[in-house]
Amino acid sequence: MNAPVVTMDVRRGPNGTAIVDIKGEVTSACESVLMTAYESAGGADAKRVVLNFTALDYMNSGGIGMLVTLLVRANRQHQRLAAFGLSDHYRQIFELTRLDEAIAIYPDEQAALAGAAG
Amino acid sequence: MADADRSQETNGVGAVEAKPDAGPALPRNASSWATKVDRLQVEQREGVRGTNVSGRRLTSPIQGFGRMWQKTYTTNLGEAATPKEVIATWKAHFPEFWPKGNRFAGALAGISPGDVALLDLSMGGVKLSTGVFVLYADEESFTLMTPEGHMFAGWISFSAESGAAGTIAQAQVLMRANDPLYEIGLTFGGHRKEDLFWSQTLTALAQRFGVSSPLIETKSVCVDRRRQWSKAGNTWHNAMIRSLLQTATRPFRGGRRRS
Repeated sequence: MNAPVVTMDVRRGPNGTAIVDIKGEVTSACESVLMTAYESAGGADAKRVVLNFTALDYMNSGGIGMLVTLLVRANRQHQRLAAFGLSDHYRQIFELTRLDEAIAIYPDEQAALAGAAG
Repeated sequence: MADADRSQETNGVGAVEAKPDAGPALPRNASSWATKVDRLQVEQREGVRGTNVSGRRLTSPIQGFGRMWQKTYTTNLGEAATPKEVIATWKAHFPEFWPKGNRFAGALAGISPGDVALLDLSMGGVKLSTGVFVLYADEESFTLMTPEGHMFAGWISFSAESGAAGTIAQAQVLMRANDPLYEIGLTFGGHRKEDLFWSQTLTALAQRFGVSSPLIETKSVCVDRRRQWSKAGNTWHNAMIRSLLQTATRPFRGGRRRS
C-alpha cells in the first residue's frame, strides 16, 4: 500500500470536543493515521470529534470509505462527528455519497464548535 | 508566462487547477468524481431488463440495514501489467470478467464518473434487476455505488497498485445488506456466493493478463455488528421482490418494461 501523504494534528476544543486538523491527501492509505489521530483525540473519552478539512488537498473514494469506518467507531462510542472547511467540491461529494446525513457539515470552526455543542 | 497572466492551468489529468484570484481551487482529481445527483436516471439498454434503477437514490453503508462488512479480494498479477494497464483493461471490459449468468449493461464509453450501469444478476434461479452508479474513476481505481433496492448499500472499489512481487489487483466492498430480507439472504449463503462472485471475477481478470491459475485472497472484516433497524423500511425498494413481481406480471403487461 502506498505511504500516506497526510498529517492529522489534534487540538482540544471546549466541552469535550476534539478537533482533528487534516492536511494533505485523504485516501485509504491514511487509515492508520486517522485512527491514531482519533485515539489521540481521546478515543471514547471525547464527546465530539470535529474534522477540519481546510487544508485538504485531495480525497478519493478510499478516503470516503475510511470516513465511514471512523463514523462507525464514533457511533459505537455515542460520539458526534462533524466537519468544517470542505470546499464546494467535497461538500458535494459528501452529499452525493450521503455522508452528510451522518456527519454534520459546517462552514467554519466557530460554527462547527457551536453546532457540536448544541 | 507571468503568474499574473495565468488565471488557470491544467494539471495534466484533465482537472483545472485554479489560481487564488480565480476562485476556489479544484482538487487535481475533481474530474474523477461523479457530479451530484439526487436520483438516478437511465435509459433502457439492450440485453437487460433495466428495472429498479430509474428514480432511485444512491445508498452508502450509512443508509443500509445489516451488519457492515469490508470484504477485500486480491490477486497478484506479477509483472504481467502495470497498475494503470490493469485498470484501463478492467474499465474497458468490465462485463467480460463477470461470472456467467450475470449481465452488466454499462455506457458505451466503458466506466466513467456519473455513468449508470444496469444489471441482471442470477440469484438462485431468479433474475434480479438493479444497477450501479460510477462514483469515482481515475487511472488506478474506480468505485461503483449502489442504489436503493440493491442487495447491499455501499460501494465496491476496484484498484491496482505495485507491490514487492508485482501488480496487485483488488476489489473491495464496503457494505450493509440493504434490508432485513437481504440480510437473511447474506447470512444464509449470500456472503459465500458473493465471495465466489468476486473470486471468479478476479480470476478472469488475471487470466486476461496471462496468469493461468491465480491465487485469490479474501479478507472479510465485520466493521459494525449492529443492525440499523431504523432502515428496515428499505424493504419497500427491494429489487429482488420487485424483480419477481415484474417477472410474474410480465405476461399481463404485454412485455412492456417499467421501472
